[in-house]
Amino acid sequence: MSMSLRTEAGPYFGDFGGRFVPESLVAALDELTNEYTLARQDPAFAAELMELHRTYTGRPSLITEVPRFAAHAGGARIILKREDLNHTGSHKINNVLGQALLTKRIGKSRVIAETGAGQHGVAAATAAALFGLDCVVYMGEVDTERQALNVARMRLLGAEVVAVKTGSRTLKDAINDAMRDWVTNVETTNYIFGTVAGPHPFPAMVRDFQKIIGEEARQQVLDLTGRLPDAVTACVGGGSNAMGIFHAFLDDPEVALFGYEAGGDGAETLRHAATITKGRPGVLHGARSLLLQDEDGQTVESHSISAGLDYPGVGPEHAWLASIGRVTYLPVTDDEAMSALRLLSRTEGIIPAIESAHALAGTLELGKQLGPDATILVNLSGRGDKDMETAGRYFDLLDKGAEQS
Amino acid sequence: MSTDTGHDPATGMSSTVEATIARRRTEGGGALIGYLPVGFPTLSESIDAAVAIANSGVDILELGLPYTDPVMDGPVIQAATQQALANGFRLRHGIEAVAAITAQVDVPVLVMTYWNPILQYGVDRFADDLLAAGGAGLITPDLIPDDSAAWVAASTRTGLDRVFLAAPSSSDERLRQAVDASRGFVYAVSTMGITGARGDVDSAARVLVDRLREAGSTSACVGLGISTPEQVREILAYADGAIVGSALVKALSDGGVPAVAALARDLAAGARDIRPASAVPHS
Repeated sequence: MSMSLRTEAGPYFGDFGGRFVPESLVAALDELTNEYTLARQDPAFAAELMELHRTYTGRPSLITEVPRFAAHAGGARIILKREDLNHTGSHKINNVLGQALLTKRIGKSRVIAETGAGQHGVAAATAAALFGLDCVVYMGEVDTERQALNVARMRLLGAEVVAVKTGSRTLKDAINDAMRDWVTNVETTNYIFGTVAGPHPFPAMVRDFQKIIGEEARQQVLDLTGRLPDAVTACVGGGSNAMGIFHAFLDDPEVALFGYEAGGDGAETLRHAATITKGRPGVLHGARSLLLQDEDGQTVESHSISAGLDYPGVGPEHAWLASIGRVTYLPVTDDEAMSALRLLSRTEGIIPAIESAHALAGTLELGKQLGPDATILVNLSGRGDKDMETAGRYFDLLDKGAEQS
Repeated sequence: MSTDTGHDPATGMSSTVEATIARRRTEGGGALIGYLPVGFPTLSESIDAAVAIANSGVDILELGLPYTDPVMDGPVIQAATQQALANGFRLRHGIEAVAAITAQVDVPVLVMTYWNPILQYGVDRFADDLLAAGGAGLITPDLIPDDSAAWVAASTRTGLDRVFLAAPSSSDERLRQAVDASRGFVYAVSTMGITGARGDVDSAARVLVDRLREAGSTSACVGLGISTPEQVREILAYADGAIVGSALVKALSDGGVPAVAALARDLAAGARDIRPASAVPHS
């Protein structure tokens, strides 16, 4: 295999990707594509972004080896990439700063964003505050309830949060309303999309802003261990943190890549968000990819304890990487994720986001398969502060005795 | 394919939509195109409502297929299509509705649909079933000519119309592409935005239609925000057709079939006798 997998620039990734959008949005997508292409070639743009990452985000983020956690994973060596330590608490800031700089370049004064868990919304509100942009964040009503703390954060940062009451009132409906806003206000407004889904150029552009995760981690692991990891793991909702860490390793065939999807109550039940495991090809939110849908192509509601993974679609590059077998995607249930969340908290003093806990749970199983000689790099995409209400409720209900012991 | 004559050289079939629009222009007015979603408030009432507006002066029917993620639609149509889905709408009901309507009235019936349902049904299978039901073609709000190869092939094979959208923000090159790829008419989006009644229909619509003429269009219909006979009249002074959606859906929702038929009659009055007959500069 001599062909590079790292040079895909869209609009298509194999059979996936494209632009399935109203004509009204095409001019804005073309403008964004052109400006992004110019920015990529402009050393000043890269320098400004790197300086922001150094002085504002806190990059490079650390890697942390977690031996007490790894003892529960068959003794494999486990290394966390600490995106949870970034300003605003997750990998989302990497992308948002890039797109906010691009907004300035294009000369627009207003940004909109969709958010599920609220992490992308918080990051977008943060960047808007930093750059003096007006910011409106669309969030499903269900998510505003389960992530109330992040709603307060966004408002404190000066953003307007719109609770979306249509459809399933979750992330997919927030994206619909953000697109409707964009169609209406495209002259003044840039859409800061939060993941590697959506119409071109978003999948390639968001990946490019996130691939710093893998570029740093690849070198950090080499420096620490003297060799590449045997496997790299990440959780996958839309898939931006996973593309971010996978990308640097796509052309290292000796490194196995694993994406863990939200299995909800179980991928064999009707309540999950395991899009690649259980979905079929189709079009949603502007791209051809895999999605959860019924026979008629109506989008099926997804279910996950993690708001950030509760999405019935996935980025087209993931659908392509699954189709060519480069990345293995597996479902992790709510219970497995919550158990891993508690385990990392108790063994290492690191409380992960519920999203990232899916990657940890998958890694526990993977470590047992690969054995004690293996090294596994895990993308710890976010911290769990926002999830304390969910975690408190979950453990009080199911494990009261153990929590009090 | 040619929008000049509505005659497709590939199939030899002509577009009844285009012929209807041309006839209304020759008579000194323009075409009134009425949108209603299938399955709202129920399947049978949606069929009755479509027949009623066709009998009340609507020249071309645009039947919407309910979809879970309708990004081009405003609150009125979203609420209606969400109710239709909750009532158990299936794609085959769309085909059944077209057959039931075309059995009762002669007006051409276009189906407005987001792309994924068609993709899942099978593009060729849907084209065949729509043709068999007497349908005239598709309006595709989230399919741009760039990604439409499968539909262009299926519509060319069956002789169905394909209506693409043109927006005020579209480049001249993209307008030419929309005109060349469309058959039946080009759907000129009056304003940057989504469906729903507006007090003023943007002056951007007039500029867009002028630009579409320069791009070679002889069949340009304006939609989005049109709800009154006065707006229909204003638009048909320069466009070939006026498309009304949300206002009809609201009338159906508020007052049932009699109310939507009454609104259609009022709107149709706005679509007649605007210019002296035969004053068609671009025939």
